[in-house]
This record gives sequence, structure tokens and C-alpha cells, in this order.
Amino acid sequence: MTRLTIASVAATSLLAGAAFAETEITWWHAMGGALGETVNEVANKFNASQDEYKITPVFKGTYEETLTAGIAAFRAGEQPNVLQVFDAGAATVIGAKGATIAVQDLLEQNGADFSIDDYISGVRYFYADSDGKMIGMPFNSSSPVMYYNVDALEKAGVTPPQTWEEFQSTTAPALKDAGYVALSQSHLPWIFTENFHSRHDLPFATGDNGYEGGDTKILVNNDAIKAHFTAVTDWQDNGYFEWFGTGWGDNQTPFEEGKVAIWLGSSGSFGGLSKLDLPFEFSATYLPYWEAVTTEPKQTFIGGAALFAMAGKDDAENKATAAFFDFMASPETQVFWHKDTGYVPITEAAYEMAKADGYYEEQPAAEIGIKQLSLPAGEHTKGYRMGFYVQIRDVMNREYGRILTGETSVDDAFNNIEAEANKLLERFAKTQG
Amino acid sequence: MKRAGFATKWLPITLLLPQLIIIAVFFYWPAAHAIHSSLYLQDPFGFGSTFVGAENYSDLAGNSEYRRIAWFTVVFTILVTFFSLAIALLLAVKADKVIRGARSYRTLLMWVYAVAPPVAGFIGLIMFNQSWGPLTRFFQSLGWDFKLGVNYMDTATAMVIVSVWKQIPVNFIFFLSGLQSIPRSVREAALIDNRSASGRFWDVTFPLLAPTAFFLLIINITYSLFETFGVIDTLVKGEPGNNPMTLVYKVYVDGFRGNDMGGSSAQSVVLMVLVLALTVFQFRLVERRIHYT
Repeated sequence: MTRLTIASVAATSLLAGAAFAETEITWWHAMGGALGETVNEVANKFNASQDEYKITPVFKGTYEETLTAGIAAFRAGEQPNVLQVFDAGAATVIGAKGATIAVQDLLEQNGADFSIDDYISGVRYFYADSDGKMIGMPFNSSSPVMYYNVDALEKAGVTPPQTWEEFQSTTAPALKDAGYVALSQSHLPWIFTENFHSRHDLPFATGDNGYEGGDTKILVNNDAIKAHFTAVTDWQDNGYFEWFGTGWGDNQTPFEEGKVAIWLGSSGSFGGLSKLDLPFEFSATYLPYWEAVTTEPKQTFIGGAALFAMAGKDDAENKATAAFFDFMASPETQVFWHKDTGYVPITEAAYEMAKADGYYEEQPAAEIGIKQLSLPAGEHTKGYRMGFYVQIRDVMNREYGRILTGETSVDDAFNNIEAEANKLLERFAKTQG
Repeated sequence: MKRAGFATKWLPITLLLPQLIIIAVFFYWPAAHAIHSSLYLQDPFGFGSTFVGAENYSDLAGNSEYRRIAWFTVVFTILVTFFSLAIALLLAVKADKVIRGARSYRTLLMWVYAVAPPVAGFIGLIMFNQSWGPLTRFFQSLGWDFKLGVNYMDTATAMVIVSVWKQIPVNFIFFLSGLQSIPRSVREAALIDNRSASGRFWDVTFPLLAPTAFFLLIINITYSLFETFGVIDTLVKGEPGNNPMTLVYKVYVDGFRGNDMGGSSAQSVVLMVLVLALTVFQFRLVERRIHYT
């Protein structure tokens, strides 16, 4: 053991000596726990793949904390080369012209091949600007999917519902009779609001869902979503649905405990759920839709986070960052990341590679997220771009909590969300000076 | 009283200067900066900003959610301060009478003082866990369907309980040493004059404890307003949703989570004014009634 350690220390220092001229870059991320270890492994693979560059990943806390740390560092001129920014922070970082270098520009300037069409269609534009230029490279991309307890559904004698009508009339009553809470779901703003709009191809904000910038107004106060939330409260009254709190895990835990039969979560939860060794078999399928709203359900878009190249670095470091992005987008890296975590592979090539490996024959549920992202696109399915969106989500979470605890009516809640969100959007427009 | 004097006025100023510089750099400069940035709406990265005057303040005044949070903060502060002082005083009075095993009893009570607020919050999360928390089970056995994180009042109750639990030990230490510094002879005299224990306590002991109690009152109000941040953050898991929060937590939510620098600065300024008013009120009105011996 000791000899081995000495040998490896010697080997490491030899390597360090040999790679004296390498360019060092840093990467701030928000991936804790098991995900953080996978991040370190990805960084090690990059460092081992060549000897010109060295990347150091640094864990900075939650998504919000990482973004705030990145902003503070940028203002002090100490920013990292690569910053991970989550979906709700996209408008903040993309709106600040000069804070980042567009990934597309960075790759093209440094001689890497880049074509946005190589990326899966639900992934392509979420972190792009209004001209369709990719600003941030999607990294841990996920989409909401429906997980279900196979044993519970068999016991109740039902199949996973495709529509909410089916859930309401058939699946939920049968599951209730079989002794389960039929449904719980994490992150109401993400699944039951943002992706609800894309699944039904409904506009979510003016100005092309906010991508055009400037004077954006949210369009969340519409009949389709109000009918949905009214149905959710009915399900709750009938014992088909239970809400366990705002935190992500609050609603995932009862599914893991076998109390809840169907859980709406993230395709990125797949890796974690598989590693848990649950006492029942689980699988996943598409997010249901309302047949009353559309008979042609559309794709959803990605959540999760993207990697941004921070501005203000010298050419050598930018070259290293470009090499890192190129490495990240490679099919091999994507497939490794996809299999280990459950996040979707971001390019068509990586998806093909995972398919060719026969991965989805073993794990069909792992393919659902990417299949759903590849469904036909609609006019309003590529996502949204709104400033102060973290606060807008906080307003939604608050009002949804009030609906589900009976403190407010669906109509009042959506009037409030619309009014407060528009106020925040108006304020954000002013920050752009 | 004899006053010490200096021959020139420059010597005392020179001696005070390091302290004044520290106060200016670390207290007044950031405060001035907060006031300045509360008048702007600025891009988090610092690329653009718009002067909006008092708009950030008028937004707060017109925001019903902000008023609700302010109201909760007031109730929360009163409850936490009252219960942590009352329970600590009761425990201190009892501990003061204990002769056998007094040392271990006191040590056990003081022990919780070492627990950091986020750790206290985490213990609260365990105690109030929705499916298996012992306190949740206890409340359920009383017929109260307690749901942390779902029901506003239940979460508020958990916040108060955890915050009080965390603060009792420090109050206990101060009350106990206050009690032990009351001269024996005074108590003996009281014993002769007044046979009722509660009468002796309220007429003799409590007034002598008043300086300690006044000091603790200020400390506890400050604690409830500011230091409970860690407890609240842990109990709501960083996702406030429809759960109650205090004004300080709201500053964090808007500034550090939401990157709304102007709005968050305006809220900090409101808090500064509040603390200033509280301090003036306490020292002008309350302290006059306290007699230091």
C-alpha cells in the first residue's frame, strides 16, 4: 500500500514536471454529492486526454449560489473560465452582454467544428440568443418525465396514462383503490408550468417567449393552465394527488418509499433512482397532456444547466476553454455523463452512440427524456427567456403552495402570479439600462 | 464625579482615530453603499443600471407580500424573544436552587449553546420530518396533522420552536449568573418579610435581575431578527415557497438568489432604519426604568 502510494506520488510529480507549460483553467459548478464526483471524473478525463491544458472543477454550492459567486467574482475581475448557470439564471447571464463569450463564437474562433444542428432539437435553443446563436453549452440537460412504480400499476391493473383525462378517469381511481397516492410531482414551476406550456404548445410570454428581449409580458394567466390546476386541486380532494412541499426531495421521497405510485420528476433523476436499489421496479414514460387542449402533444425543452465561457480571459486560456467545450460535446464524454447520471446526451451523435451500445435495450426508461425532447417541435416549445426569473419562480411556488393548502383560489393565484411577474419583468428591463 | 482631562484635544483624537477609521470603513461605507444602490436598478454583472429614485422603496410599500413578511417578522420576534427569555428564566431559577448535581445540570443546559443555527435547523428537520419525525408523530397523536413545509402555520411553529430551543442556553447562562450575584443577605431579608415564593421573586429578585434581563431582551430581539437566518434557511431547504420567512431572509432571497441588487439594497436600508429605531426606543424609554446598582 505504502509503496503504491509513493509510486503514484512519484508518477504524479513526474507528470506534473512534464506538463509544465500547460494552461490552467477553472470551472465553477453546482454539482454536489455523486454528481460532483462524476464532474471530477469528466475533468480528469479531459486532463488525461491531452497535455496542453488542465481544468480544475470547483464546487460552489447550489445553482443560485454558484451564479451569485460567479457574478461577484466577475465584478472583482476574478471570474473562472467556465461557469455553470442553471435554466432560471439564463436571462441574467445572457442579458449581460460582455459577461460571457458565446460558446459558438469561442469554438469557431479556435478552429473547432460547430453546427447547432448537431444538437438534439429540444436542447438547441434554450441557451441561445434571439438569432439562434448558442451562447451557453447545455451541460446537465434534463427534461421532466413521468416515473411510475411498475409493481403498483400492475397491482392496480392499469397502464401508465398518456393523457391527464385517462389519469383522472382510470389510472388514479384504480391506484387509490390499490392503496396508493396516485401522483406527486417535484418543482411545480418547471413541470406544471414551463413545460406544461411547451407540451401543449401554448405561448408562455410575449415576444417569442421573451427571446426577443425588451418589453416582455408573461402569459401564464390562461384558461388551459387554470383548468389544469383546478383539476389538480380536485385530484387532491379525491386523494389522487398529494403535495409534500416546495423542496425537490419532499415529493420524490414518498415515491421512493412506495407511498406514491407516479412521480413527475427530471430525466436527470434516473441515475440516482437506479442507484437507490428501490424495493420495487420503476420505469418512466412521457409527460401526460390534456386531450382537451391539444391532440398533438409537442416536445418539452431542457432544464438543468449550461456551461458559459466567461469573458475577460486571455487568448491562451480561451483556447483551453474552447478545447474543453469541444471535449464536453464529444459523443464519448456525453455518453459517459448520460449513463452515469441520467442527464440526456446533448448531441445527435452521442444519442446514436448510446443507442448503438445497446444501452436503451437494457434501460428503456433512460431514453424517455431524450425521446421526449425529440418529439415534434411547435411554435412555443423551445423554452423561454425572462429576467429575474428566480424570483418569478419563487412567486409561483408561493401561490401554488397557497392553492394546494386551500389558502387561495386558482383564479386569484394566477392573477397574482401574472401581476407580480410582470412587475419583475418591467424592473428587469430597467436593469439593462 | 471626577473627569479625566487631556491637555490638548489632538491627543484623544489621535488615539481614537484607528477605531474611527475601522467604523467608517467597515460600517458607514457599506451602509452608504447600500443606500446608494437602493436608488438604482442594476444589472447583476454591473453592465447597466438605471436611476429609479425611491421606486424600490415605493415598490416595497405597495407589495402586500412584503407587508405579510414584515408582519410575520414582528410576531416571530415577539414569540421567540418571549419564550426564550421566559423558559430560560424559569430554568435558571430552578437551577439556582439545586445543590446536588448542580454542575452537571448546568452543563447539560448550556451544552446546546454550542450548536450552530444551521445545525439546529437540521435537527429541527429531523424532528419534524413529514413521515417519521418524532415531534410530527407527537403532534399527530394529539390530533394535529402537522406538516412542515406544506402548512404555513406549522412551518412557523417549527421555526419558533427550533429558534427558542437554540437561544435558551445563552439566556440561561446570563440569568443564572445574574441570580447568583444577588447578595445572600438581601434574599434572607426578603425571606423574613415575605412568605410567598412568587412574591419574593417578583418584588425582590426580579428587579435585581432587571439589568441582565434588559441586556438579554436586546440580545434576543437581535437574535430573532437576524441570527435565526440559518434556522429558517435550513427548515425551508432554501426554497421558501409558501413558507413564512423573516425580513432578513427576504433580503437574501431577493439579493443572493434572485440577483435583484436594487430591491435587496432597499430592503437592507429598511432594516437598518428599523434597528436604529429599535435601539433608540430601547435606550430612551426602557433603560430609564432600569436601576443599575
